[in-house]
Amino acid sequence: MQTLYDKLWNQHLVHTESDDPGSMALIYIDRHLVHEVTSPQAFESLKLAGRRPWRLNSILAVADHNVPTTDRSQGIQDPISRLQVDTLDQNCDELGITEFKMNDLRQGIVHVIGPEQGATLPGMTVVCGDSHTSTHGAFGCLAFGIGTSEVEHVLATQCLLMKKSKTMRVSVEGNLGPGITAKDIALAIIGDIGTAGGTGYAIEFTGSAIRALSMEGRMTLCNMAIEAGARAGMVAVDDTTIDYIKGRPFAPKNELWDSAVAFWRTLRSDADAVFDRTVTLDAAQIKPQVTWGTSPEMVTTIDGIVPDPARVADEVKRHDMQQALNYMGLNANTPIQQINLDKIFIGSCTNSRIEDLRAAAQIVKGKHIAANIKLALVVPGSGLVKKQAEQEGLDQIFRSAGFEWREPGCSMCLAMNDDRLIAGERCASTSNRNFEGRQGPGGRTHLVSPAMAAAAAIAGHFVDVRKLTN
Amino acid sequence: MEKFETITALVAPMDRANIDTDAIIPKQFLKSIKRTGFGQNLFDEWRYLDHGEPGMDSSQRKLNPAFVLNLPRYQGVQILLARANFGCGSSREHAPWSLQDYGFRVIVAPSFADIFFNNCYKIGLLPVVLDAAILDYLFEEVKSTEGYRLTVDLQNQKVISPKREEFTFEIDIFRKQCLLNGLDDIGLTLQHAEKINQFEQKRRNEQPWLFM
Repeated sequence: MQTLYDKLWNQHLVHTESDDPGSMALIYIDRHLVHEVTSPQAFESLKLAGRRPWRLNSILAVADHNVPTTDRSQGIQDPISRLQVDTLDQNCDELGITEFKMNDLRQGIVHVIGPEQGATLPGMTVVCGDSHTSTHGAFGCLAFGIGTSEVEHVLATQCLLMKKSKTMRVSVEGNLGPGITAKDIALAIIGDIGTAGGTGYAIEFTGSAIRALSMEGRMTLCNMAIEAGARAGMVAVDDTTIDYIKGRPFAPKNELWDSAVAFWRTLRSDADAVFDRTVTLDAAQIKPQVTWGTSPEMVTTIDGIVPDPARVADEVKRHDMQQALNYMGLNANTPIQQINLDKIFIGSCTNSRIEDLRAAAQIVKGKHIAANIKLALVVPGSGLVKKQAEQEGLDQIFRSAGFEWREPGCSMCLAMNDDRLIAGERCASTSNRNFEGRQGPGGRTHLVSPAMAAAAAIAGHFVDVRKLTN
Repeated sequence: MEKFETITALVAPMDRANIDTDAIIPKQFLKSIKRTGFGQNLFDEWRYLDHGEPGMDSSQRKLNPAFVLNLPRYQGVQILLARANFGCGSSREHAPWSLQDYGFRVIVAPSFADIFFNNCYKIGLLPVVLDAAILDYLFEEVKSTEGYRLTVDLQNQKVISPKREEFTFEIDIFRKQCLLNGLDDIGLTLQHAEKINQFEQKRRNEQPWLFM
């Protein structure tokens, strides 16, 4: 009667000081993903201590946060960004770490390329110095973000010191309505339990609506677990998982494949497993979601209105809401569909995979972005996603509609490169955080699904994607 | 890591829930490949009136006079009072680095985001969890009393007010020992190197596809 989390935990437990479930444990790490922002200090400390990486073939590195999404033939123009990417290249070259360099077709957002390459496999512990590492939990992995000290710890010891989390089951039962995506499920859950609702928990997403999601949908959902406060989100292994992995470059082949699949099928919670908390959502009730504030929990539905702080009793909460509305330049009680936009961003580790691009392309096909949209960006999650989309002609659909078609990277999700909002600009974004300044100082972010972002680009304001027919 | 000893220090209030790591240290400063120097950009977008970029001379920038940490009464602060879910968002250790580099030794809040909470211990910054009602009280005290100082006694797990009120907090015993003794996690883990090797070998035999 173990949960999936219990199984993953026990399978990686190297050492524990006592049997007390609250005690610190040494957990073995199978896959370490590395990017340029959170690793340089870890590599430096490692060297200063005279240490070497414990197991090189556990590491896969890529630069994604700082890379330009425009012409890369001249390299990175910003000298500070360039130094950070060069530092990663040097560290990887020196130590013999596998890295997809900026002009490699396989380069992309670290959470897109891991699964795409089959470097993320069921039953693994997957870590990365990035909170959205929860994405990889879609494969029945224990995957979570770590800080730079822990990056160094994993490099040096292949382990992490940690305490076991509590477990939460988020069960989504029933059928999603047309036009409703994993992104809407994720935002609906966060709206329900809050951005701290999952703090201290590992979430397992279960239920018929989750089983019906593609792997890409499950990745979107697990990606957002951290926005609900949970360091790890996960989905049990099933045929969808196994079909996705088969044939990927880092996936096992031949007899090893058969043994792996047999083991992977055990990676599910036992029927009688007990969770510390259970939350249930009815899939049929989930509508397209749009955030209105500066925290992902500040979310409502496309047919909703901007809420009124005056109706909130709790003083701290009311104050925070008012602050959010001031920052967002919104008045209480404004219908969501009357909010006009300046920019559109389709991309990020949440929503930059091929299905996301297809969903957006389907909406914009044969149409053009509205006159008030100053910039609409599509930033594929990897070079391979980009290539696939181009083979399907999606780039042409986007370009004809007035979108810019870019090179892969994190881009305007966090605006570490040149893609950003100018103060006061309002953006419909498929990314994961609507924090103040996240997409550029003074920028205003509304989180939505790719289809909703595409529909907003065409209309110039939010519209209900369910009412669009093609 | 420096040892954490009992401190008595000036306290400042950050009266806002869900303060995220993007607010604590905006992303443009994450481009540094160093571990130090982030304190000048702590809460950059709230603290300064202009837009900050790496390499700017912070002493020449115009401060936002309304921002709490810019008030004269809070200069020299080492203890921060915060609201729920402090440090939510990204895993950037630059957030605790910037708080520590600014001079903070302790953050007191009713709850912290998991990754931030964990990152703090790794660098010797102490996150203290107290009940929301106690925080409400402390917020009132610090706002109404200029020069308000708290004592944080890690050994006895107590926050002590100037009125000698004592608020006990919980801390994991292992983390407490690491902080009190300034122990290095990696060195401790490598004491188990043989056990890690054995575990790895067994795993390699059972799931060879993980080692290709």
